[in-house]
Amino acid sequence: MTDAPLLKVRDISKFYGARIGCRNVSFDLWPGEVLAIVGESGSGKTTLLNCLATRLSPSSGSVDYRMRDGKLCNLSRMSEAERRFLMRTDWGFVHQNPADGLRMAVSAGANVGERLMAVGERHYGNIRATAGNWLGRVEIGIDRIDDQPRDFSGGMRQRLQIARNLVTAPRLVFMDEPTGGLDVSVQARLLDLLRGLVQDLGLSALIVTHDLAVARLLSHRMMVMKDGVVIEQGLTDRVLDDPREAYTQLLVSSILQV
Amino acid sequence: MNTANLATYNFAYLDEQTKRMIRRAILKAIAIPGYQVPFASREMPMPYGWGTGGVQVTAAILGPDDVLKVIDQGADDTTNAVSIRAFFQKVASVAVTTRTGEATIIQTRHRIPEEKLKPGQTLVYQVPIPEPLRFLEPRETETRKMHALEEYGLMHVKLYEDIARNGHIATTYAYPVKVEGRYVMDPSPTPKFDNPKMHRSEALQLFGAGREKRIYAVPPHTEVVSLDFEDHPFEIQSFENPCALCGAENVYLDEVVLDDKGGRMFVCSDTDHCEQRCASGHRGSLAYDGEIVR
Repeated sequence: MTDAPLLKVRDISKFYGARIGCRNVSFDLWPGEVLAIVGESGSGKTTLLNCLATRLSPSSGSVDYRMRDGKLCNLSRMSEAERRFLMRTDWGFVHQNPADGLRMAVSAGANVGERLMAVGERHYGNIRATAGNWLGRVEIGIDRIDDQPRDFSGGMRQRLQIARNLVTAPRLVFMDEPTGGLDVSVQARLLDLLRGLVQDLGLSALIVTHDLAVARLLSHRMMVMKDGVVIEQGLTDRVLDDPREAYTQLLVSSILQV
Repeated sequence: MNTANLATYNFAYLDEQTKRMIRRAILKAIAIPGYQVPFASREMPMPYGWGTGGVQVTAAILGPDDVLKVIDQGADDTTNAVSIRAFFQKVASVAVTTRTGEATIIQTRHRIPEEKLKPGQTLVYQVPIPEPLRFLEPRETETRKMHALEEYGLMHVKLYEDIARNGHIATTYAYPVKVEGRYVMDPSPTPKFDNPKMHRSEALQLFGAGREKRIYAVPPHTEVVSLDFEDHPFEIQSFENPCALCGAENVYLDEVVLDDKGGRMFVCSDTDHCEQRCASGHRGSLAYDGEIVR
């Protein structure tokens, strides 16, 4: 990790009319760091994530991102063209529902290749080779490269979505409940895969989850949200082993023990 | 003429305000080659899909001295072509022709004439779906943004899919082109055989989509490049045999089924081109030289 944060978030608030989405959230994300945002449904996790990923515009506060040239850029002051370019090259966004992040009617290979073509790759053979390579990395058989994601299982779709996001070697990946809706054994494989990829590629990631086990496995640091406010943050192991806030204690104690 | 109806009659069907509106859209389209300009498309006395967009563009640019030619799939004698030609004869009393070289305005559905177009001629296309990204991205808000920000990666996804499924780019009509290095444009459902004719054409090309309410244009001498991959370059269709009637090669051919035993012939899709060649003595393998008994 270097000395300069990749993402600087200061006092982000989002109001839906009188309702609070999230309020006064500030944190830094460092290169290579995985930060989990946990909390119950409706606590503002996804609102916060969408504000950071410029999918929503925050009501107040600022988000600065360190570009590859080392300059810190205020995301809300970027032009839309720059933002969209950033989103499809330097960033990834993994949706909870793979259908939101994939093109269901085009083949797996084209799904992975789309970002390459968007940044100007025009050699079919190279695109296909890269796509095949990435399918292998997310444990999808090369014989499925011409199949459409609608023929894939939920776990495969999610892995395909991850491959599609990582093909341009992004530095920051946003994940919204990446394991939601998957059964436990598939979840375990996906987590294993994600952990390996994050380590290999030195990715920074922001993961929104209500599943504390996901946070424990993947993240270095975590933030606990309740009613739109971050009530506790710290190293993952510290928060989970020694929760300070009453709500965090409740959350940790309510994990099902089998 | 019944003078009582004179007040409601206007040259070339549309009222002058409507023509001005359409001409403004056309001028804007010419100023930004390949950009789809919205316009207030009117109801025309024909159903959508029959060329309401093309007819409105033609009506807006038509003058009393113009000579009009209308083709449908290259032919001057099909229903659509005949009725649109008759329409303008009736509402504008303009001269009509089937000769490509004599026409000043050519309204077309799905073909560009084989004869090279000259400066001063205008080709008006009837366009069903003007948005080349439509089948990949159904949201109009999103496709407009993609055009505005020049995000055309998706267009290559379609070509990628073609190669992945068929081993080659199987898009044979409505083949996407990039106009003057900026806008990706759907050349209306013309066969890709005609794409190279659009490149640096000396004639003005106007595109009207009535149902979708869009007008776009390719001014003369504009660069029109068909999209492709480095290792799968753009190719036009080629035909094994020349036209069975006039013996023309390197033209676009239509298949005509002759009987129920698999008999077929391939003839020029551009009927005017074929007739002119036959008249000047060219003969194909199935040309008939005897007297036609009716």
